[in-house]
Amino acid sequence: MLDLLRRPRTRSQARAALILLAVLLALLPFLTEAALGRSWVRVLDFALLYVILALGLNIVVGYAGLLDLGYVAFYALGAYLYAWLASPHFGLHLPFWAVLPLGAALAGVFGVLLGAPTLRLRGDYLAIVTLGFGEIIRIFMNNLNAPVNITNGPQGINLIDPVHVAGLSFGKTQQVLGLTLSSAHFYYYLFLAFTLATIFIAYRLQDSRIGRAWVAIREDEVAAAAMGIDTRNVKLLAFAMGALFGGLAGGLFAAFQGFISPESFNLWESILILCMIVLGGMGHIPGVILGALLLTVLPEALRYLGDWQRLVLGEVLVEPTDLRMLLFGAALVLMMIYRPEGLIPSRQRKREFHAEDGVLEQEQASLYDTRT
Amino acid sequence: MALLQVRGLKVAYGGIRAVRGIDLDVDDGELVCLIGANGAGKSSTLRGITGLVHASGEIRLAGKRLGGLPTHAIAREGVALVPEGRGIFARLQVWENLAMGAYARRDKGVDEDLARVYELFPRLAERRQQIAGTLSGGEQQMLAIGRALMSRPRLLLLDEPSMGLAPLMVRKIYDTIQAIARQGVTILLVEQNAHLALQVSARAYVMESGGITLAGTSGELASDPAIQAAYLGS
Repeated sequence: MLDLLRRPRTRSQARAALILLAVLLALLPFLTEAALGRSWVRVLDFALLYVILALGLNIVVGYAGLLDLGYVAFYALGAYLYAWLASPHFGLHLPFWAVLPLGAALAGVFGVLLGAPTLRLRGDYLAIVTLGFGEIIRIFMNNLNAPVNITNGPQGINLIDPVHVAGLSFGKTQQVLGLTLSSAHFYYYLFLAFTLATIFIAYRLQDSRIGRAWVAIREDEVAAAAMGIDTRNVKLLAFAMGALFGGLAGGLFAAFQGFISPESFNLWESILILCMIVLGGMGHIPGVILGALLLTVLPEALRYLGDWQRLVLGEVLVEPTDLRMLLFGAALVLMMIYRPEGLIPSRQRKREFHAEDGVLEQEQASLYDTRT
Repeated sequence: MALLQVRGLKVAYGGIRAVRGIDLDVDDGELVCLIGANGAGKSSTLRGITGLVHASGEIRLAGKRLGGLPTHAIAREGVALVPEGRGIFARLQVWENLAMGAYARRDKGVDEDLARVYELFPRLAERRQQIAGTLSGGEQQMLAIGRALMSRPRLLLLDEPSMGLAPLMVRKIYDTIQAIARQGVTILLVEQNAHLALQVSARAYVMESGGITLAGTSGELASDPAIQAAYLGS
């Protein structure tokens, strides 16, 4: 179906595929609940959240080629801003449509703040500084409960307001149009809307002037500057745009969970989001989406390993949590060996990892420039 | 007045003074070359002019001061650099590289210029869909020059276009450089291969350990016994 969407044979076929996809996405939470139970609808919600995060980080890492290992800091900032402005912690209860943009903007500003001192850094050095930035934010959140209690320290902030739309609270199970919708269902549709918007923006950015400038900087910064590209501003913009989506996802996360603490924003999260991009296909939007979906859904599926063991062996030999991490690591190692370009790489990236035989031959022949 | 006017240009990397206060002029429509041995400061001069390294002294393009401007602003003033080692966007296709050359332009003549570049380099036209990194060295040099031309520069700076190329390919590249100069593009050519550079240029400067030691028309310099001994190997 995806193939049809990309290369529709006729107009009506394209429309049919699109309608089918829309219906599927609309029914997905109900199908999931019926087949696997309500907890899986929550997994779906998280999968969408991670799609937003991965697409945001993809702007920085995939498009502009800036390795950012502290991406989770922006996620944390968005989440904390939401908690401060919509919870009993400060007694503020602003509506979500006001808080979400503020959180995204705050993250964007911090994106520039992080970007500015790291402009001259590349590769490993940039990774180290961004990693430090991520930890700084987390440690601040962990310790800013004294002398003035801003973040409530390691206990985190509780009772965060759920999203309200037209008098409908997303935090409770309610009847809408004769359907029983749980909180997870409501958030599914909200997240789906934001995810679709993010995908749309990601595509538009990729094909824009700025998108081309990012690619040029990724390829060769000196040459990019020589083309008249303001490398400083364009890099800062990449950090800001990426951070914006991180902040947005953070706000959504806070509203959805109703509780946040510094623990949710550790280094592992940054690495996980980066893994989604690498696994799916860096810089390629369908790949990044697939990576995010796989890495949220698969670990949940692997939870059943305990039950299977009990069923087959009569006892739990290996703790599912241990096994999950083991399998996760093994999957990544196998990927790096057999498909380093990712599951759905862009044509460009695929070529880079697998020079076709013809090209290689041509390359070798032209080394000597015999035909002139 | 000269299109490019350089007065007292100095470039230093920490304590090492690579360029020690040189004067240089390139007139409108002229092909001027800057020759000298490895490490004489030729590339540093170009890097200083384009703002890639910090330089002191005065650099003017058609009277406008360029000193202190960032590289991208200097590029937008119409100074196109073909850097040493070409600096092509290796993972992009040939036409994408060329399109990137016109990044700062907002006028309508881009397609026209693209056609002109393809005319100048038929090899690139044949390979417009090819990934630039898989081109041969000579083709990459063509691409780098073509990309610089796409910005419709007032001044084209070429840094060692013959480097690492087979003799036949060097010949081809130099023919094209001459063709470009004949079309009226002002060129400052930096080259270690003095023999070639003096053949195609009108005037030349000779650089040695950070300073300009000789200047004159290329014909004069080519017959200068000191130059012949030092650079032309005869």
